[in-house]
Amino acid sequence: MEIIQKNFESFVSGLGKVIIQNVGGLGKVFAFMMSFFYWMLKPPLRLKLILEQLDFIGNKSIFIITLAGSFTGMVMAYQTYFGFQLINVDSLVGPVTAISLSRELAPVLTGLIVAGRAGAAMAAQIGTMKVTEQVDALEVMGINSVQYLAVPRIIAGTIAVPMLSIFFLFIGNVGSYIVGTKALLIDEALYFSKLGNFMFVSDIYQGIIKAIFFGFVVSVIGTYFGFSVTKGAEGVGKGTNLAVVWGMISVLVLDYFLTSFLVQIL
Amino acid sequence: MLHFENSAVEINNLTKVFGKHTVLNDLSFDIPRGKITTILGFSGAGKSTLLKHILGLHKPTSGEIKVLDKNLSKMDEVSLREFRQNFGMLFQYAALFDSMTAKENVLFPLKEFTKLSPEEIDEKGTNLLESVGLEEISHDKLPSELSGGMRKRVGLARALALSPDIMLYDEPTTGLDPITTKMVNDLIVKTGEVHKEQQMSSIIISHDVQATLKISDYVAFLNRGNIVEYLPAKEFAKSDHPLVQEFINL
Ligand SMILES: Nc1ncnc2c1ncn2[C@@H]1O[C@H](COP(=O)(O)OP(=O)(O)OP(=O)(O)O)[C@@H](O)[C@H]1O
Ligand SMILES: [Mg+2]
Repeated sequence: MEIIQKNFESFVSGLGKVIIQNVGGLGKVFAFMMSFFYWMLKPPLRLKLILEQLDFIGNKSIFIITLAGSFTGMVMAYQTYFGFQLINVDSLVGPVTAISLSRELAPVLTGLIVAGRAGAAMAAQIGTMKVTEQVDALEVMGINSVQYLAVPRIIAGTIAVPMLSIFFLFIGNVGSYIVGTKALLIDEALYFSKLGNFMFVSDIYQGIIKAIFFGFVVSVIGTYFGFSVTKGAEGVGKGTNLAVVWGMISVLVLDYFLTSFLVQIL
Repeated sequence: MLHFENSAVEINNLTKVFGKHTVLNDLSFDIPRGKITTILGFSGAGKSTLLKHILGLHKPTSGEIKVLDKNLSKMDEVSLREFRQNFGMLFQYAALFDSMTAKENVLFPLKEFTKLSPEEIDEKGTNLLESVGLEEISHDKLPSELSGGMRKRVGLARALALSPDIMLYDEPTTGLDPITTKMVNDLIVKTGEVHKEQQMSSIIISHDVQATLKISDYVAFLNRGNIVEYLPAKEFAKSDHPLVQEFINL
């Protein structure tokens, strides 16, 4: 009995510790976010750095987004077709794929991909600069490191992810269209007319709004974990890892809350 | 304790507490203008913390710091950032921006803080790199392609770009081979001499006793957050403070 009670106590206190640690961490991320807004509004706004980051987060992700988008669209077409065929509504493959892509799959998968690629890179770059005192070198010169390193990355991430998500949506629909009409032999005219009947602009808005939030959160988390690195190469690896894990988790959790909110207002 | 008519840094009753840990303890200390002053001390003595206070990166828990006759505690964040342009700092591993070439590293502060034309900036960058002895062929190399000694040269050129009044060196020779160590020490002395007219002050944090005694004008010994000995370099070795003797004879 006593042992059970002891185990239970240590379980509860362990759980409490984990919760406190994570809530504390959340507070720090929040404080970091506030300092981002503060320094974003202070001149100078470094356009050149923003463009560099847009190129890295946006342009350099196009290949992988093309790959992910086309295959997601193609798979969706197959999956929905074999379900819908049973009840003779196979012509609805087009709108169902398009709606799932625009509301969920495009923003979420884009967010996850960017968290893995750009979020990790942000944490690794800033973390390396931190342990090699490059961040201190900026500060000693009188340049705020949040303004110089985090602001361009977060702005670029917030712009790039919705653009990539729109691109994902487009490519996904192309994939679905090709599989639907060429492999599954759905009538082309029917495919398009159903698409027009069931798909609305609000579906697209919903995806874009989500993608903006995902881009922001993934870059805030990537840069935050970069700055939180303290010691050595090992620390950089750990920070990068945390940036990817928490970036992805935030996208998924945030998606739930955004969905529950957006379905009501759009 | 030494006092100077013309001091670059004036510290009065500086105390810094981190949590429950008192790192700097009621420390008072002047650093002269136009001279090389070295701060020695065991690991954890508070040397880096002291340096960060001089740079205004840390705020004192109590006490005051005057740098070039300006009271740092009375400055706001913006003027403090601007004021830091009076400092140049050579970091232990040079801390070059690794996405920029040697030359771009040196041009960086010039582009950020001067209104010179691109041509003038470029020329100034080349001159700075030549003045620290970096050959032309290395100017366009990335830091990862340079040797440790060359990186130090570039770091020094970058620190000197805005003609600072105070040069700070954080463990400039720790971890270098004897030949590079001599090169860096010579460079520190030369930098002081070249900027003599401007009365540039050099502050060095170091573990290297022998080199320190050779190149410095004054040597301070920091222990547990307090200066326990402060003498002209020539007299430092003869100090009868037991900790200083222990440190010298390690
Ligand atoms: N930001 C901080 N928060 C809490 N404690 C700190 C902080 N910075 C330094 N300390 C503590 O202050 C003490 C002095 O540190 P400092 O880095 O100034 O020593 P040091 O003389 O530079 O040592 P070293 O030769 O190892 O670099 C150490 O015990 C350190 O743990
Ligand atoms: Mg130190």
